[in-house]
Amino acid sequence: MRKLVGALLAAAALTVLAAGCGGDDGDGTAATGTASAEGGGSLVVYSGREEEIVAPLFERFEEETGIDVDVRYADSAELAATIAEEGDNSPADVFFAQDPGSLGAVSDSLADLPDEILGRVDADFRGGDKWVGTSGRTRVIVYNTDALSEDEVPDSVFDLTDPKWSGKIGIAPTNASFQAFVTAMRLDVGDDRTREWLEGVKANDPKFYEKNTPVVEATASGEVELGLVNHYYLYLVRAEQGEDTPIENHYLEGDDPGALVTVAGAGVLVGAENQENAERFLEFLLSDESQRFYTKEAAEAEIPLVDGIEPREGIPSLEELAGAGPDVDFEQFGEELERTLELLNETGYTS
Amino acid sequence: MTRARGGRRPPLSLLLPALTVVGLLLLPLAYLVLRASGDGGRGFRILWRRSTVELLWSTGLLVAGVTAASVAIGVTLAWLTTRTDLPGRRIWGVAAALPLVIPSYVAAFCLLGALGPRGLLQQLLGVERLPEIYGYWGALAALTLSTYPYVLLLTSAALRGLDPSLEEAARGLGRPQREVLRRVTLPAVRPAIGAGALLVALYTLSDFGVVSLMRYDALTRAIYLQYRSLFDRTPAAALALVLVAVTALVLVLEGRSRRRTHRSSPGTARQPRPHRLGRWTIPALAFCTAVVGAFLVLPATVLVYWLARGLERSDWPWSETMNSVTASALAALAAALAALPVAILARRHPSRWTRVLERLSFTGNALPGIVIALSLVFFAANYASPVYQTLALLVFAYVVRFLPQALAGVESSLAAVNPRVEEASRALGRGPAWTTITVTVPLIRSGILAGAALVFLSAMKELPATLLLRPIGFETLATDIWRFTSVGAYSEAALPALLLIAVSAPFVYLLSGRREPDATEHG
Repeated sequence: MRKLVGALLAAAALTVLAAGCGGDDGDGTAATGTASAEGGGSLVVYSGREEEIVAPLFERFEEETGIDVDVRYADSAELAATIAEEGDNSPADVFFAQDPGSLGAVSDSLADLPDEILGRVDADFRGGDKWVGTSGRTRVIVYNTDALSEDEVPDSVFDLTDPKWSGKIGIAPTNASFQAFVTAMRLDVGDDRTREWLEGVKANDPKFYEKNTPVVEATASGEVELGLVNHYYLYLVRAEQGEDTPIENHYLEGDDPGALVTVAGAGVLVGAENQENAERFLEFLLSDESQRFYTKEAAEAEIPLVDGIEPREGIPSLEELAGAGPDVDFEQFGEELERTLELLNETGYTS
Repeated sequence: MTRARGGRRPPLSLLLPALTVVGLLLLPLAYLVLRASGDGGRGFRILWRRSTVELLWSTGLLVAGVTAASVAIGVTLAWLTTRTDLPGRRIWGVAAALPLVIPSYVAAFCLLGALGPRGLLQQLLGVERLPEIYGYWGALAALTLSTYPYVLLLTSAALRGLDPSLEEAARGLGRPQREVLRRVTLPAVRPAIGAGALLVALYTLSDFGVVSLMRYDALTRAIYLQYRSLFDRTPAAALALVLVAVTALVLVLEGRSRRRTHRSSPGTARQPRPHRLGRWTIPALAFCTAVVGAFLVLPATVLVYWLARGLERSDWPWSETMNSVTASALAALAAALAALPVAILARRHPSRWTRVLERLSFTGNALPGIVIALSLVFFAANYASPVYQTLALLVFAYVVRFLPQALAGVESSLAAVNPRVEEASRALGRGPAWTTITVTVPLIRSGILAGAALVFLSAMKELPATLLLRPIGFETLATDIWRFTSVGAYSEAALPALLLIAVSAPFVYLLSGRREPDATEHG
């Protein structure tokens, strides 16, 4: 008996000790961070953007400013829900999100941004004064180059109702980016035409996936011949499967809803303890250097939003895309989403 | 103290901790009621949609299917590895329990990687098309993989603890083996099977990773849709309350099945004579090979294949491993401590109220992790900010999610201890609390350890609550897997996944190889 109690106590002591060590480790790095700092201070970021993609940005910011950045990575929408539950007590200073929807959902908790930050980005890519777009992406048709040549790929999403695409289309209907695309289509051509399109594509027996990445993977494997996704997933899948993976993006032209341009963005929380550092971080994200990061270094090759920065070769610039895509307003997306989901539900895309 | 000695009324030293534990476990439920009823009850409108009824039906089908498959596989394996002369049965017993350490979302990734369109198998066979894995059957397979070990482990333990003289008596009366099995052995271990099936059913209800990867429409998917697409917490809470109602139904069903069983106290620690399989040896071996092959070798092969593709790029996640083990060990310890008063109250002072109290502690187990996480975010950020985003809160979240697993271990052992031993201690002047610590706990220590080990394994795998509640910058193996799979970098996710399995595996060995020292103690 005494042995058992002893063992249990020892185990408890060990685990507590281990926990303590873990904590010390954290403090240790924090201390060195501050030591090398010029400005110093700290910053808490909730990031819905993937660590694999944005971690280098945070590291650069830390090096440049000496500000200690703590990042909580999770799904954008779940972080939005977290911020809403935290209310005034949120430890976060910055919310860095994958999509306008997540930022819009917490816009009441976001502070107005100063003009220097807002001015860096075209008004089309901002959420009022509450958040700014930090990088752009466009919808594309990704296709398997073994199965199709580029001129066989339709130039409009409206051609996808053709029966020849039966069983060959990949879609992620529960994903925010597809839903934003359908919202854009509705605002552009109306609900009836959108319903017709959804029903027409559904009749072609498309394959449904959870997210964009699996759609591109399925296109690469030949499970489907083409997919409706954001442009940069191609680069992620190539990074995993090799540069010779048989996939390409087909950029749509004209005012096709399939050429919608959306953004990832960031905002500063109303109750931010480190408001100055938070604004500095947003300035950093919109600096020429960071914008160039998206084009040259980041695995996913997004589109820079600041004037004068060119995207990576093969990816259209904002000016080239300016004519493309439907003319829609992000701020409408939030309120329109419910109707989009109803439509997707009624036409059998989601339940 | 004096009152406790005489009557069945539970002493305050037991009642208070039990009430505290259950009260804390009910926080998510309180949160859901608060959210769902907010905004003029708008959230409840979603319940009248036809799609909600369809979701209930599809969720029910999945829970029934996974539970049935897990019981069939788990009980068969338990009997084969504890009661027969199956060659290498100890090894089979451990190998067959090992899938417990594979997180279900990893299992789904692996099944898709192996059996999905253009997966490994298709490349290997060189065929154009395999049967569709997405949907019901894919979800069923992935969930069965990660849950049947619950049934296997609990049933094996019960079979080992069973007094063989019962079966011998039946055989002595000239009953054929099959009838002995059906009429004596199985009824005697039915509480264990029921407890295992309950854990399986609740896990299936709460799972989101598998149903989303396999594209099967279950209630959890609808809940996530509300959070992720609509940013609307009100209908999400209403749907989660439906999940709580389904849980209540499952608990009632399990309670019923328990009432119809008889209980026999374990007598001797004698090893029963193993049943000769004879000409059934080959089919039995084939069955074990099939289960272990499909549920352990196949996913492990896929992971190793991915690992080989990306090994040079990976850093060894040592601190992540350390963090996973620390948080999970603390969760196991806390859950075992929390389960004790609840289990003792329910078993030693059985009444309708103690039973209800015990059942209430299951609420958190069937709720998806995101709901638990957000409820604790709400309470901690607003009413207990010093603990918010600390390791303590994360550990607490694990306890809320996994306490029933600790309960299963503690209660199965408690059932096997004769209450008269405790009464004797009290008659000799020890108070109820002291009796619990000095008499009961040592007697049921193997059950406590088994329950703690189950919690440890579950906490190692937990992802959704970990993401939102961990201290900032606290990386675990599970968050590492998520970090890589979320950008499709499976080759880099393979290393943390394999490490997670490797670190957890010894615990499964302990669980599956465990003798019943309780029986020897007073045998």
